Amino acid sequence: MSISLFLHALEQGFVFGIMVLGVFITYKILDFPDLTVEGSFPLGAAVAAKVIASGGDPLWGTFLSMIAASLAGLFTGLLHTKLKLTNLLSGILTMTLLYSVNLRIMGKPNIPLLGKITLLGKIKDYFPNLSMDYLIPFFFLFIVVILKFIIDYFLSTEIGLTIIATGDNEQMIKSLGVNTDFTKIIGLCLSNALVGLSGALFAQYSGFADVNMGLGTVVSGLACVIIGISIIKIPTIFWRTIAVLLGSLVYRLIMIIALRYGYSLGFKPGDLKLISVLLVIIALSVPFIKRKLNFAERYNLGRKDLQNNDGKEV
Amino acid sequence: MLIIKKLTKYFAKNSPHETLALENFNLRIGKGDFITIIGSNGAGKSTLLNLIAGTFQQDKGEIRLSGEMISNLPEYRRARWIGRVFQNPLLGTAPYMTIEENLSLSLKREKRGLRLGINKNLRNFFREKLSELNLGLEDNISKKVGLLSGGQRQAMTMLMATMFKPKVLLLDEHTAALDPESSKKILKLTQNLVIERQGDLITLMVTHNMKQALEVGDRTVMMDRGRNIFDIQGEERKKISVDDLVKQFSILGNRKDNYIEDRMVLI
Repeated sequence: MSISLFLHALEQGFVFGIMVLGVFITYKILDFPDLTVEGSFPLGAAVAAKVIASGGDPLWGTFLSMIAASLAGLFTGLLHTKLKLTNLLSGILTMTLLYSVNLRIMGKPNIPLLGKITLLGKIKDYFPNLSMDYLIPFFFLFIVVILKFIIDYFLSTEIGLTIIATGDNEQMIKSLGVNTDFTKIIGLCLSNALVGLSGALFAQYSGFADVNMGLGTVVSGLACVIIGISIIKIPTIFWRTIAVLLGSLVYRLIMIIALRYGYSLGFKPGDLKLISVLLVIIALSVPFIKRKLNFAERYNLGRKDLQNNDGKEV
Repeated sequence: MLIIKKLTKYFAKNSPHETLALENFNLRIGKGDFITIIGSNGAGKSTLLNLIAGTFQQDKGEIRLSGEMISNLPEYRRARWIGRVFQNPLLGTAPYMTIEENLSLSLKREKRGLRLGINKNLRNFFREKLSELNLGLEDNISKKVGLLSGGQRQAMTMLMATMFKPKVLLLDEHTAALDPESSKKILKLTQNLVIERQGDLITLMVTHNMKQALEVGDRTVMMDRGRNIFDIQGEERKKISVDDLVKQFSILGNRKDNYIEDRMVLI
Protein backbone atom coordinates (compact mmCIF):
# COMPACT_ATOMS: atom_id res chain seq x y z
CA MET A 1 0.00 0.00 0.00
CA SER A 2 1.36 3.39 -0.93
CA ILE A 3 2.14 6.05 1.63
CA SER A 4 -0.27 8.54 0.11
CA LEU A 5 -3.14 6.11 0.58
CA PHE A 6 -2.20 5.83 4.22
CA LEU A 7 -1.98 9.61 4.61
CA HIS A 8 -5.43 9.93 3.11
CA ALA A 9 -6.75 7.44 5.64
CA LEU A 10 -5.15 9.49 8.42
CA GLU A 11 -6.64 12.75 7.17
CA GLN A 12 -10.10 11.33 6.80
CA GLY A 13 -9.85 9.26 9.95
CA PHE A 14 -9.08 12.36 12.00
CA VAL A 15 -11.50 14.78 10.34
CA PHE A 16 -14.34 12.27 10.61
CA GLY A 17 -12.98 11.31 14.03
CA ILE A 18 -14.38 14.60 15.35
CA MET A 19 -17.82 13.45 14.15
CA VAL A 20 -17.21 10.02 15.68
CA LEU A 21 -16.50 11.63 19.07
CA GLY A 22 -19.89 13.31 18.77
CA VAL A 23 -21.67 10.07 17.87
CA PHE A 24 -19.85 8.38 20.76
CA ILE A 25 -21.26 10.93 23.22
CA THR A 26 -24.87 10.37 22.20
CA TYR A 27 -24.78 6.69 21.30
CA LYS A 28 -22.52 5.32 24.03
CA ILE A 29 -22.62 7.89 26.84
CA LEU A 30 -26.21 9.18 26.70
CA ASP A 31 -27.66 5.97 25.26
CA PHE A 32 -29.49 8.18 22.76
CA PRO A 33 -29.33 7.01 19.11
CA ASP A 34 -29.21 10.48 17.59
CA LEU A 35 -30.05 10.70 13.88
CA THR A 36 -29.70 14.50 13.91
CA VAL A 37 -26.07 14.05 12.89
CA GLU A 38 -27.20 13.08 9.41
CA GLY A 39 -28.38 16.69 9.06
CA SER A 40 -25.94 18.54 11.30
CA PHE A 41 -22.86 17.28 9.42
CA PRO A 42 -23.93 18.97 6.15
CA LEU A 43 -25.25 21.88 8.23
CA GLY A 44 -21.73 22.49 9.53
CA ALA A 45 -20.39 22.21 5.99
CA ALA A 46 -23.08 24.53 4.62
CA VAL A 47 -22.54 27.29 7.17
CA ALA A 48 -18.76 27.20 6.83
CA ALA A 49 -18.93 27.07 3.02
CA LYS A 50 -21.39 29.95 2.85
CA VAL A 51 -19.19 32.18 5.02
CA ILE A 52 -15.98 31.21 3.18
CA ALA A 53 -17.51 31.49 -0.31
CA SER A 54 -18.72 34.99 0.44
CA GLY A 55 -15.20 35.98 1.47
CA GLY A 56 -15.59 35.70 5.24
CA ASP A 57 -13.02 34.58 7.78
CA PRO A 58 -12.81 30.75 7.67
CA LEU A 59 -12.22 30.61 11.43
CA TRP A 60 -15.41 32.54 12.00
CA GLY A 61 -17.26 30.29 9.53
CA THR A 62 -16.03 27.18 11.30
CA PHE A 63 -17.06 28.60 14.66
CA LEU A 64 -20.52 29.52 13.34
CA SER A 65 -20.97 26.01 11.97
CA MET A 66 -20.46 24.60 15.47
CA ILE A 67 -23.04 26.98 16.90
CA ALA A 68 -25.55 26.13 14.17
CA ALA A 69 -25.08 22.39 14.61
CA SER A 70 -25.42 22.60 18.39
CA LEU A 71 -28.71 24.45 17.86
CA ALA A 72 -29.82 21.47 15.76
CA GLY A 73 -28.97 19.25 18.75
CA LEU A 74 -30.91 21.61 21.00
CA PHE A 75 -33.93 21.29 18.72
CA THR A 76 -33.83 17.48 18.82
CA GLY A 77 -33.42 17.65 22.59
CA LEU A 78 -36.43 19.91 23.00
CA LEU A 79 -38.57 17.66 20.79
CA HIS A 80 -37.60 14.68 22.93
CA THR A 81 -37.73 16.17 26.42
CA LYS A 82 -40.47 18.80 26.18
CA LEU A 83 -42.81 17.31 23.55
CA LYS A 84 -42.02 13.74 24.69
CA LEU A 85 -41.34 12.39 21.21
CA THR A 86 -39.19 9.25 21.09
CA ASN A 87 -35.46 9.78 20.64
CA LEU A 88 -35.40 8.20 17.16
CA LEU A 89 -38.33 10.23 15.87
CA SER A 90 -36.94 13.49 17.28
CA GLY A 91 -33.71 12.88 15.38
CA ILE A 92 -35.47 11.93 12.16
CA LEU A 93 -37.62 15.07 12.25
CA THR A 94 -34.66 17.37 12.83
CA MET A 95 -32.58 15.60 10.20
CA THR A 96 -35.30 15.97 7.58
CA LEU A 97 -35.94 19.57 8.50
CA LEU A 98 -32.24 20.34 8.23
CA TYR A 99 -32.21 19.24 4.58
CA SER A 100 -34.40 22.23 3.71
CA VAL A 101 -32.49 24.50 6.07
CA ASN A 102 -29.17 23.51 4.49
CA LEU A 103 -30.51 24.23 1.01
CA ARG A 104 -31.72 27.63 2.24
CA ILE A 105 -28.35 28.45 3.77
CA MET A 106 -26.38 27.47 0.67
CA GLY A 107 -28.95 28.78 -1.82
CA LYS A 108 -27.94 25.94 -4.18
CA PRO A 109 -27.19 22.25 -3.67
CA ASN A 110 -23.43 22.62 -3.97
CA ILE A 111 -20.89 25.32 -3.09
CA PRO A 112 -17.36 24.87 -4.45
CA LEU A 113 -14.56 26.32 -2.31
CA LEU A 114 -11.78 26.13 -4.88
CA GLY A 115 -9.64 29.24 -4.82
CA LYS A 116 -11.21 30.51 -1.59
CA ILE A 117 -9.28 31.10 1.60
CA THR A 118 -10.01 28.12 3.87
CA LEU A 119 -8.70 27.30 7.32
CA LEU A 120 -6.26 24.85 5.77
CA GLY A 121 -4.97 27.54 3.42
CA LYS A 122 -4.43 29.87 6.37
CA ILE A 123 -2.54 27.22 8.31
CA LYS A 124 -0.38 26.62 5.24
CA ASP A 125 0.74 30.26 5.39
CA TYR A 126 2.28 29.60 8.81
CA PHE A 127 4.19 26.54 7.60
CA PRO A 128 5.19 27.41 4.02
CA ASN A 129 7.90 24.74 3.90
CA LEU A 130 5.71 21.81 4.88
CA SER A 131 3.93 19.81 2.19
CA MET A 132 0.15 19.80 2.33
CA ASP A 133 0.25 15.99 2.38
CA TYR A 134 1.79 16.06 5.85
CA LEU A 135 0.36 19.34 7.09
CA ILE A 136 -3.29 18.30 6.80
CA PRO A 137 -3.09 15.07 8.81
CA PHE A 138 -1.02 16.83 11.49
CA PHE A 139 -3.48 19.71 11.69
CA PHE A 140 -6.47 17.38 12.02
CA LEU A 141 -4.61 15.22 14.55
CA PHE A 142 -3.85 18.34 16.58
CA ILE A 143 -7.53 19.37 16.64
CA VAL A 144 -8.79 15.89 17.40
CA VAL A 145 -6.35 15.41 20.29
CA ILE A 146 -7.31 18.74 21.85
CA LEU A 147 -11.00 17.87 21.52
CA LYS A 148 -10.39 14.43 23.02
CA PHE A 149 -8.85 15.94 26.14
CA ILE A 150 -11.57 18.58 26.45
CA ILE A 151 -14.22 15.84 26.27
CA ASP A 152 -12.33 13.66 28.76
CA TYR A 153 -12.14 16.56 31.19
CA PHE A 154 -15.74 17.60 30.68
CA LEU A 155 -17.03 14.09 31.31
CA SER A 156 -15.19 13.93 34.63
CA THR A 157 -16.65 17.19 35.94
CA GLU A 158 -19.72 17.28 38.16
CA ILE A 159 -21.98 18.01 35.18
CA GLY A 160 -20.14 15.46 33.01
CA LEU A 161 -20.72 12.70 35.53
CA THR A 162 -24.43 13.48 35.60
CA ILE A 163 -24.51 13.15 31.79
CA ILE A 164 -22.86 9.71 31.99
CA ALA A 165 -25.29 8.71 34.75
CA THR A 166 -28.26 9.84 32.64
CA GLY A 167 -27.33 7.23 30.07
CA ASP A 168 -26.57 4.63 32.71
CA ASN A 169 -29.45 4.83 35.20
CA GLU A 170 -31.86 7.67 34.54
CA GLN A 171 -34.26 6.95 37.41
CA MET A 172 -31.40 6.94 39.89
CA ILE A 173 -29.86 10.18 38.74
CA LYS A 174 -33.25 11.91 38.86
CA SER A 175 -33.59 10.89 42.48
CA LEU A 176 -30.12 12.36 43.08
CA GLY A 177 -31.23 15.82 42.07
CA VAL A 178 -30.49 15.96 38.35
CA ASN A 179 -32.82 17.39 35.75
CA THR A 180 -32.27 14.76 33.06
CA ASP A 181 -33.96 16.93 30.41
CA PHE A 182 -31.07 19.33 30.91
CA THR A 183 -28.32 16.70 30.79
CA LYS A 184 -29.75 15.16 27.62
CA ILE A 185 -29.92 18.55 25.90
CA ILE A 186 -26.35 19.41 26.94
CA GLY A 187 -25.14 16.08 25.59
CA LEU A 188 -26.99 16.54 22.29
CA CYS A 189 -25.69 20.10 21.82
CA LEU A 190 -22.12 19.06 22.52
CA SER A 191 -22.35 16.04 20.25
CA ASN A 192 -23.85 17.95 17.34
CA ALA A 193 -21.39 20.81 17.74
CA LEU A 194 -18.61 18.26 17.20
CA VAL A 195 -20.42 16.81 14.18
CA GLY A 196 -20.92 20.30 12.73
CA LEU A 197 -17.24 21.11 13.23
CA SER A 198 -16.35 17.88 11.48
CA GLY A 199 -18.62 18.84 8.57
CA ALA A 200 -17.11 22.32 8.36
CA LEU A 201 -13.55 21.00 8.31
CA PHE A 202 -14.42 18.26 5.84
CA ALA A 203 -15.93 20.81 3.44
CA GLN A 204 -12.75 22.88 3.58
CA TYR A 205 -10.59 19.79 3.17
CA SER A 206 -12.48 18.42 0.19
CA GLY A 207 -13.09 21.81 -1.40
CA PHE A 208 -16.88 21.85 -1.54
CA ALA A 209 -20.07 21.62 0.51
CA ASP A 210 -22.91 19.51 -0.78
CA VAL A 211 -26.44 19.21 0.55
CA ASN A 212 -26.21 15.42 0.33
CA MET A 213 -22.87 14.99 2.03
CA GLY A 214 -24.44 13.89 5.31
CA LEU A 215 -25.85 10.73 3.83
CA GLY A 216 -24.65 7.76 5.87
CA THR A 217 -23.08 9.79 8.70
CA VAL A 218 -24.94 7.84 11.36
CA VAL A 219 -23.90 4.46 10.04
CA SER A 220 -20.27 5.37 9.52
CA GLY A 221 -20.17 7.02 12.96
CA LEU A 222 -21.63 3.93 14.57
CA ALA A 223 -19.27 1.67 12.65
CA CYS A 224 -16.26 3.64 13.92
CA VAL A 225 -17.51 3.60 17.51
CA ILE A 226 -18.22 -0.12 17.45
CA ILE A 227 -14.99 -1.07 15.68
CA GLY A 228 -12.96 1.08 18.09
CA ILE A 229 -14.59 -0.27 21.21
CA SER A 230 -14.11 -3.84 20.07
CA ILE A 231 -10.38 -3.19 19.55
CA ILE A 232 -9.68 -1.38 22.84
CA LYS A 233 -11.81 -2.76 25.63
CA ILE A 234 -10.70 -0.68 28.61
CA PRO A 235 -13.92 0.91 29.87
CA THR A 236 -12.65 4.28 31.07
CA ILE A 237 -13.52 7.50 29.26
CA PHE A 238 -9.84 8.21 28.57
CA TRP A 239 -9.39 4.93 26.68
CA ARG A 240 -12.83 4.94 25.10
CA THR A 241 -12.25 8.25 23.33
CA ILE A 242 -8.92 6.88 22.08
CA ALA A 243 -10.72 3.70 21.02
CA VAL A 244 -13.35 5.49 18.91
CA LEU A 245 -10.67 7.60 17.20
CA LEU A 246 -8.73 4.45 16.42
CA GLY A 247 -12.01 2.97 15.14
CA SER A 248 -12.38 5.98 12.87
CA LEU A 249 -8.89 5.43 11.40
CA VAL A 250 -9.48 1.72 10.85
CA TYR A 251 -12.84 2.39 9.23
CA ARG A 252 -11.46 5.00 6.82
CA LEU A 253 -8.56 2.72 5.96
CA ILE A 254 -11.00 -0.06 5.08
CA MET A 255 -13.10 2.36 3.02
CA ILE A 256 -10.11 3.76 1.12
CA ILE A 257 -8.77 0.30 0.40
CA ALA A 258 -12.22 -0.76 -0.75
CA LEU A 259 -12.35 2.26 -3.07
CA ARG A 260 -8.83 1.80 -4.38
CA TYR A 261 -8.76 -1.95 -4.89
CA GLY A 262 -12.47 -2.70 -4.98
CA TYR A 263 -12.65 -2.22 -8.74
CA SER A 264 -10.84 -5.44 -9.38
CA LEU A 265 -13.45 -7.20 -7.25
CA GLY A 266 -16.26 -5.51 -9.14
CA PHE A 267 -17.18 -2.91 -6.50
CA LYS A 268 -18.32 0.56 -7.48
CA PRO A 269 -18.15 3.78 -5.40
CA GLY A 270 -21.90 3.49 -4.90
CA ASP A 271 -21.35 0.25 -3.00
CA LEU A 272 -19.52 2.06 -0.16
CA LYS A 273 -22.68 2.53 1.88
CA LEU A 274 -23.47 -1.15 1.53
CA ILE A 275 -20.00 -2.03 2.72
CA SER A 276 -20.27 0.26 5.74
CA VAL A 277 -23.63 -1.18 6.74
CA LEU A 278 -22.23 -4.71 6.41
CA LEU A 279 -19.33 -3.62 8.63
CA VAL A 280 -21.73 -2.39 11.30
CA ILE A 281 -23.82 -5.56 11.14
CA ILE A 282 -20.74 -7.78 11.40
CA ALA A 283 -19.23 -5.75 14.23
CA LEU A 284 -22.50 -5.77 16.17
CA SER A 285 -23.25 -9.45 15.69
CA VAL A 286 -19.79 -10.87 16.39
CA PRO A 287 -20.25 -11.07 20.20
CA PHE A 288 -23.64 -12.77 19.70
CA ILE A 289 -22.34 -15.27 17.17
CA LYS A 290 -19.32 -15.98 19.38
CA ARG A 291 -21.65 -16.80 22.24
CA LYS A 292 -23.74 -19.05 20.02
CA LEU A 293 -20.63 -20.93 18.99
CA ASN A 294 -19.31 -21.22 22.54
CA PHE A 295 -20.17 -24.80 23.40
CA ALA A 296 -19.57 -24.60 27.15
CA GLU A 297 -21.75 -21.58 27.63
CA ARG A 298 -24.44 -22.83 25.30
CA TYR A 299 -25.07 -25.93 27.35
CA ASN A 300 -24.57 -24.13 30.63
CA LEU A 301 -21.49 -26.13 31.47
CA GLY A 302 -19.84 -24.44 34.39
CA ARG A 303 -22.73 -22.07 35.09
CA LYS A 304 -20.54 -19.01 35.51
CA ASP A 305 -23.49 -17.00 36.74
CA LEU A 306 -23.93 -19.23 39.77
CA GLN A 307 -20.29 -19.28 40.74
CA ASN A 308 -19.92 -15.57 41.25
CA ASN A 309 -22.23 -14.85 44.10
CA ASP A 310 -19.60 -13.69 46.57
CA GLY A 311 -19.04 -10.34 44.96
CA LYS A 312 -16.06 -11.58 43.01
CA GLU A 313 -15.38 -10.35 39.53
CA VAL A 314 -18.24 -11.30 37.28
CA MET B 1 -41.13 18.34 60.51
CA LEU B 2 -42.84 16.64 57.58
CA ILE B 3 -46.55 17.39 57.26
CA ILE B 4 -48.72 15.54 54.77
CA LYS B 5 -52.19 16.98 54.38
CA LYS B 6 -55.16 15.49 52.55
CA LEU B 7 -52.93 13.84 50.00
CA THR B 8 -54.92 12.20 47.18
CA LYS B 9 -53.59 10.35 44.15
CA TYR B 10 -55.42 8.59 41.33
CA PHE B 11 -53.84 6.43 38.68
CA ALA B 12 -55.21 6.50 35.12
CA LYS B 13 -57.53 9.31 36.11
CA ASN B 14 -60.64 9.83 33.96
CA SER B 15 -60.27 6.44 32.33
CA PRO B 16 -62.20 3.20 32.87
CA HIS B 17 -59.17 1.89 34.79
CA GLU B 18 -59.13 4.75 37.28
CA THR B 19 -57.75 3.60 40.64
CA LEU B 20 -57.61 5.52 43.86
CA ALA B 21 -54.13 4.97 45.25
CA LEU B 22 -54.19 7.45 48.10
CA GLU B 23 -57.22 9.13 49.64
CA ASN B 24 -57.11 12.17 51.93
CA PHE B 25 -53.98 10.85 53.54
CA ASN B 26 -52.78 12.76 56.60
CA LEU B 27 -49.54 12.33 58.50
CA ARG B 28 -47.46 14.58 60.76
CA ILE B 29 -43.92 13.43 61.35
CA GLY B 30 -41.68 15.13 63.88
CA LYS B 31 -37.94 15.64 63.51
CA GLY B 32 -36.08 12.47 64.44
CA ASP B 33 -39.03 10.15 63.96
CA PHE B 34 -38.42 6.74 62.45
CA ILE B 35 -41.72 5.47 61.04
CA THR B 36 -42.35 2.00 59.72
CA ILE B 37 -45.23 1.64 57.25
CA ILE B 38 -47.10 -1.62 56.70
CA GLY B 39 -50.06 -2.65 54.58
CA SER B 40 -51.03 -5.15 51.94
CA ASN B 41 -50.22 -4.82 48.24
CA GLY B 42 -51.97 -1.84 46.73
CA ALA B 43 -52.39 -0.10 50.08
CA GLY B 44 -50.56 2.94 48.73
CA LYS B 45 -47.28 2.63 50.64
CA SER B 46 -44.97 3.03 47.67
CA THR B 47 -47.25 5.67 46.18
CA LEU B 48 -46.86 7.67 49.39
CA LEU B 49 -43.06 7.55 49.17
CA ASN B 50 -43.14 8.39 45.47
CA LEU B 51 -45.33 11.40 46.19
CA ILE B 52 -43.01 12.62 48.94
CA ALA B 53 -40.00 12.22 46.64
CA GLY B 54 -41.80 13.84 43.72
CA THR B 55 -41.63 10.89 41.32
CA PHE B 56 -45.42 11.22 41.07
CA GLN B 57 -47.49 14.39 41.29
CA GLN B 58 -50.46 14.36 43.67
CA ASP B 59 -53.98 15.14 42.49
CA LYS B 60 -54.91 16.91 45.69
CA GLY B 61 -53.34 17.81 49.00
CA GLU B 62 -49.96 19.14 50.04
CA ILE B 63 -46.63 18.14 51.54
CA ARG B 64 -44.60 20.49 53.72
CA LEU B 65 -41.05 19.92 54.84
CA SER B 66 -39.75 22.21 57.63
CA GLY B 67 -42.57 24.61 56.79
CA GLU B 68 -41.68 24.78 53.11
CA MET B 69 -44.23 23.56 50.59
CA ILE B 70 -42.45 20.92 48.52
CA SER B 71 -45.37 19.17 46.84
CA ASN B 72 -45.16 21.30 43.69
CA LEU B 73 -41.42 20.98 43.19
CA PRO B 74 -40.10 18.51 40.59
CA GLU B 75 -38.31 15.41 41.81
CA TYR B 76 -34.82 16.70 41.08
CA ARG B 77 -35.38 19.82 43.17
CA ARG B 78 -36.49 17.82 46.21
CA ALA B 79 -33.46 15.52 46.01
CA ARG B 80 -31.33 17.89 48.07
CA TRP B 81 -33.40 17.03 51.16
CA ILE B 82 -34.46 13.49 50.41
CA GLY B 83 -32.43 10.28 50.34
CA ARG B 84 -34.00 7.18 48.83
CA VAL B 85 -33.34 3.46 48.79
CA PHE B 86 -35.44 1.26 46.52
CA GLN B 87 -36.45 -2.37 46.85
CA ASN B 88 -34.50 -3.33 43.73
CA PRO B 89 -30.77 -3.04 44.55
CA LEU B 90 -30.06 -2.33 40.88
CA LEU B 91 -32.10 0.89 40.87
CA GLY B 92 -30.04 2.89 43.34
CA THR B 93 -26.66 2.85 41.62
CA ALA B 94 -25.29 3.36 38.10
CA PRO B 95 -23.68 0.02 37.06
CA TYR B 96 -21.24 1.27 34.43
CA MET B 97 -19.83 3.95 36.69
CA THR B 98 -17.24 3.41 39.40
CA ILE B 99 -17.91 3.33 43.14
CA GLU B 100 -16.35 6.75 43.65
CA GLU B 101 -18.29 8.27 40.74
CA ASN B 102 -21.55 6.98 42.17
CA LEU B 103 -20.72 8.42 45.57
CA SER B 104 -19.69 11.73 44.03
CA LEU B 105 -23.02 11.97 42.18
CA SER B 106 -24.97 11.48 45.38
CA LEU B 107 -22.96 13.85 47.56
CA LYS B 108 -23.64 17.11 45.77
CA ARG B 109 -27.28 17.38 44.80
CA GLU B 110 -27.59 20.94 43.52
CA LYS B 111 -25.61 23.57 41.63
CA ARG B 112 -23.31 21.13 39.91
CA GLY B 113 -20.65 22.86 37.87
CA LEU B 114 -17.48 22.33 35.90
CA ARG B 115 -15.31 21.37 38.86
CA LEU B 116 -13.92 17.86 38.76
CA GLY B 117 -16.41 15.37 40.18
CA ILE B 118 -13.70 13.59 42.15
CA ASN B 119 -10.60 14.98 43.82
CA LYS B 120 -8.14 13.78 46.43
CA ASN B 121 -10.05 15.07 49.43
CA LEU B 122 -13.31 13.58 48.23
CA ARG B 123 -11.63 10.27 47.51
CA ASN B 124 -10.29 10.09 51.06
CA PHE B 125 -13.70 11.03 52.42
CA PHE B 126 -15.33 8.26 50.33
CA ARG B 127 -12.75 5.70 51.51
CA GLU B 128 -13.45 6.63 55.11
CA LYS B 129 -17.23 6.34 54.61
CA LEU B 130 -16.93 3.04 52.72
CA SER B 131 -14.71 1.52 55.40
CA GLU B 132 -17.56 2.04 57.86
CA LEU B 133 -19.60 -0.42 55.80
CA ASN B 134 -17.06 -3.20 56.52
CA LEU B 135 -17.39 -4.63 53.01
CA GLY B 136 -13.88 -3.92 51.82
CA LEU B 137 -15.20 -1.55 49.14
CA GLU B 138 -12.74 1.17 50.18
CA ASP B 139 -9.93 -0.75 48.45
CA ASN B 140 -11.85 -1.04 45.17
CA ILE B 141 -12.98 2.54 44.84
CA SER B 142 -12.53 2.67 41.06
CA LYS B 143 -14.31 -0.61 40.40
CA LYS B 144 -17.52 -0.57 38.36
CA VAL B 145 -20.57 -0.88 40.56
CA GLY B 146 -22.10 -3.46 38.20
CA LEU B 147 -19.50 -5.94 39.45
CA LEU B 148 -20.75 -5.79 43.04
CA SER B 149 -23.32 -8.13 44.58
CA GLY B 150 -26.89 -7.06 45.31
CA GLY B 151 -26.16 -6.70 49.02
CA GLN B 152 -23.06 -4.61 48.38
CA ARG B 153 -24.95 -2.38 45.96
CA GLN B 154 -27.75 -1.89 48.46
CA ALA B 155 -25.23 -0.99 51.16
CA MET B 156 -23.75 1.57 48.76
CA THR B 157 -27.20 2.96 48.05
CA MET B 158 -27.79 3.29 51.80
CA LEU B 159 -24.56 5.21 52.09
CA MET B 160 -25.46 7.41 49.09
CA ALA B 161 -28.89 8.14 50.58
CA THR B 162 -27.50 9.30 53.94
CA MET B 163 -23.99 10.65 53.24
CA PHE B 164 -25.22 14.08 52.13
CA LYS B 165 -27.15 14.57 55.40
CA PRO B 166 -30.71 14.64 54.06
CA LYS B 167 -33.72 15.77 56.07
CA VAL B 168 -35.80 12.79 54.99
CA LEU B 169 -34.84 9.18 54.33
CA LEU B 170 -37.29 7.06 52.29
CA LEU B 171 -36.79 3.30 52.39
CA ASP B 172 -39.09 1.26 50.18
CA GLU B 173 -38.80 -2.39 51.29
CA HIS B 174 -35.09 -1.96 50.88
CA THR B 175 -34.21 -5.32 52.44
CA ALA B 176 -36.91 -7.41 50.73
CA ALA B 177 -34.97 -8.43 47.62
CA LEU B 178 -31.84 -9.54 49.48
CA ASP B 179 -30.80 -12.87 50.94
CA PRO B 180 -31.45 -13.22 54.71
CA GLU B 181 -27.85 -12.52 55.68
CA SER B 182 -27.51 -9.36 53.55
CA SER B 183 -30.98 -8.32 54.61
CA LYS B 184 -29.96 -8.44 58.27
CA LYS B 185 -26.78 -6.50 57.55
CA ILE B 186 -28.59 -3.77 55.64
CA LEU B 187 -31.18 -3.38 58.39
CA LYS B 188 -28.42 -3.07 60.99
CA LEU B 189 -26.68 -0.53 58.78
CA THR B 190 -29.92 1.41 58.44
CA GLN B 191 -30.31 1.63 62.19
CA ASN B 192 -26.69 2.71 62.66
CA LEU B 193 -26.93 5.40 60.00
CA VAL B 194 -30.15 6.74 61.52
CA ILE B 195 -28.68 6.75 65.04
CA GLU B 196 -25.63 8.58 63.70
CA ARG B 197 -27.87 11.51 62.82
CA GLN B 198 -29.01 11.82 66.44
CA GLY B 199 -32.64 12.65 65.95
CA ASP B 200 -31.98 15.04 63.10
CA LEU B 201 -33.53 12.86 60.38
CA ILE B 202 -37.04 11.82 59.40
CA THR B 203 -37.14 8.19 58.28
CA LEU B 204 -40.01 6.41 56.55
CA MET B 205 -39.53 2.70 56.03
CA VAL B 206 -42.00 0.57 54.11
CA THR B 207 -41.92 -3.09 55.02
CA HIS B 208 -43.99 -6.23 54.52
CA ASN B 209 -42.55 -7.83 57.60
CA MET B 210 -44.77 -7.10 60.63
CA LYS B 211 -42.16 -8.20 63.13
CA GLN B 212 -39.62 -5.87 61.57
CA ALA B 213 -42.20 -3.09 61.53
CA LEU B 214 -42.57 -3.29 65.30
CA GLU B 215 -38.91 -3.86 66.14
CA VAL B 216 -37.37 -1.12 64.05
CA GLY B 217 -38.09 2.57 64.48
CA ASP B 218 -40.34 4.28 66.99
CA ARG B 219 -43.71 4.59 65.29
CA THR B 220 -45.78 2.31 63.04
CA VAL B 221 -48.40 3.35 60.51
CA MET B 222 -50.74 0.85 58.91
CA MET B 223 -52.22 1.64 55.52
CA ASP B 224 -55.11 0.09 53.68
CA ARG B 225 -56.65 1.09 50.38
CA GLY B 226 -54.94 4.46 50.38
CA ARG B 227 -55.88 5.42 53.92
CA ASN B 228 -54.01 5.68 57.18
CA ILE B 229 -55.96 3.22 59.34
CA PHE B 230 -53.77 2.68 62.35
CA ASP B 231 -51.01 4.79 63.86
CA ILE B 232 -49.20 3.63 66.95
CA GLN B 233 -46.18 4.79 68.97
CA GLY B 234 -44.58 4.97 72.41
CA GLU B 235 -45.61 2.64 75.23
CA GLU B 236 -48.64 1.39 73.34
CA ARG B 237 -46.39 0.23 70.50
CA LYS B 238 -43.99 -1.55 72.81
CA LYS B 239 -46.80 -3.68 74.21
CA ILE B 240 -48.44 -4.69 70.97
CA SER B 241 -47.62 -8.08 69.36
CA VAL B 242 -47.63 -9.17 65.75
CA ASP B 243 -50.89 -11.09 66.39
CA ASP B 244 -52.57 -7.97 67.75
CA LEU B 245 -51.43 -6.06 64.70
CA VAL B 246 -52.92 -8.66 62.38
CA LYS B 247 -56.21 -8.53 64.29
CA GLN B 248 -56.22 -4.74 64.12
CA PHE B 249 -55.71 -4.99 60.41
CA SER B 250 -58.75 -7.23 59.92
CA ILE B 251 -60.96 -5.02 62.07
CA LEU B 252 -59.83 -1.58 60.91
CA GLY B 253 -59.37 -2.59 57.31
CA ASN B 254 -62.99 -3.71 57.40
CA ARG B 255 -62.09 -7.05 55.91
CA LYS B 256 -65.03 -9.40 56.32
CA ASP B 257 -63.13 -12.34 54.87
CA ASN B 258 -60.37 -11.96 57.44
CA TYR B 259 -58.03 -11.60 54.51
CA ILE B 260 -54.40 -11.39 55.44
CA GLU B 261 -51.71 -11.62 52.91
CA ASP B 262 -49.21 -14.37 53.60
CA ARG B 263 -46.21 -12.13 53.23
CA MET B 264 -47.48 -9.81 55.96
CA VAL B 265 -47.23 -12.39 58.68
CA LEU B 266 -43.89 -13.73 57.65
CA ILE B 267 -41.72 -13.40 60.67
